[in-house]
Amino acid sequence: MNCTELRALLHGYVDGELDLVKSLEVEEHLRTCAACARLVANQQKLKAAFAQDGLRYAPDAGLQWRVMSALKKEQRKEPGAARPWLPWGGALAASLLAALVLWRVAPVGLSAQDALVAEVTSDHVRSLMANHLTDVLSTDQHTVKPWFDGKLAFAPPVTDFKDQGFPLVGGRLDFLAGHPVAAIVYQRRRHYVNVFVCPENPDLSTASFEASHDGYNLIHWNRSGMNFWAVSDLNTAELQNLVTLLQEQP
Amino acid sequence: MQDRQKLARFQQSILPHMDAAYNLARWLTRDTHDAEDVVQEAFLRAFRFFDGFRGEDGRHWVLKIVRNTFYTWKEQNRRGAETYSMEDLPAGIENELAESDEMVHRSLNVELLSRVLGELPVEFREVLVLRELEGFSYKEIAGIAEVPIGTVMSRLSRARKLLENRLTAAPAAGDAA
Repeated sequence: MNCTELRALLHGYVDGELDLVKSLEVEEHLRTCAACARLVANQQKLKAAFAQDGLRYAPDAGLQWRVMSALKKEQRKEPGAARPWLPWGGALAASLLAALVLWRVAPVGLSAQDALVAEVTSDHVRSLMANHLTDVLSTDQHTVKPWFDGKLAFAPPVTDFKDQGFPLVGGRLDFLAGHPVAAIVYQRRRHYVNVFVCPENPDLSTASFEASHDGYNLIHWNRSGMNFWAVSDLNTAELQNLVTLLQEQP
Repeated sequence: MQDRQKLARFQQSILPHMDAAYNLARWLTRDTHDAEDVVQEAFLRAFRFFDGFRGEDGRHWVLKIVRNTFYTWKEQNRRGAETYSMEDLPAGIENELAESDEMVHRSLNVELLSRVLGELPVEFREVLVLRELEGFSYKEIAGIAEVPIGTVMSRLSRARKLLENRLTAAPAAGDAA
């Protein structure tokens, strides 16, 4: 390989886009050509500079919120969202409606709950994954609670349980089944617990239950017109301790 | 029910890539508010096209939409901000560079690199952001930018030469103050 050939492959080489044979040919040439070795060193320095922290721009916490609101509006506009029986005859509509009611009561009641469990779990996993655990990072309940004002149409209860071994980490806005919910984040050793809170509504309200999904434990309960879900990879017994604290909070 | 599932599926597979979408939009628009507009419009489009999503790489899929949205937005909001395109580049730049080892002795801090990258023509910012900040392969970048791989390679090479030229021309850290 000569210098001209190397220059044509320079970027492919530093970007790791060459096949093994070509890479080895490049390296062979670099051992004997100081000028080309400098070119490669230059490019590697530039690539290293790009790897520094601080070059990425992070979105404002409110952006995800605004996007979700826009999506929900868009969803309502979609033709599929219109109730299909409306243009049809009354009798047909009635029987369809009856079928729909039956369908909702019987086995689908269970799978709707399964879907909710899956969604609560994936909200939890996503909050840990996308570096988006909290929008407001504070261990002070008097900071976290007012942060939700104006962002939600309800005031979620926020209490720090540091003395009981569940320090408050912060709060976040999230969505469950398309409804805005408050996510209140607690920590237990190296485990995080997301507590989702929203007012009771027909899409979300079910009897209290416990579930496990993909290795995460989940406890659901209703209290004072609010729905609660606690989800974590923490064991059920300790998660239940937190739930008891939450159920007794003022 | 079906629509709720669609939104839930979208939330799960596409929404987590909002950080990448915003980063690309911010580098392309060079403005916080414009970037938010582009991201919001892109996610709406993505939701409309979501039936066409077949479980491939969601980040790649949505960044392609962000990029397209940006170019549509740019057409509609011509501000003359991009004063030059690739064709206008001084020919000398192509030859004059890269022979020196000056870069090796330079401190390439984030502020300097960020400023110089922001000043590059948009075609070059785009490939550099996709390659260096998002880590896409040439083939993936070709898919996002809808150009042949050869074009990706030549843009990347020209982008880096230009970047190097301007980095070495910029006052070294400490001189500026």
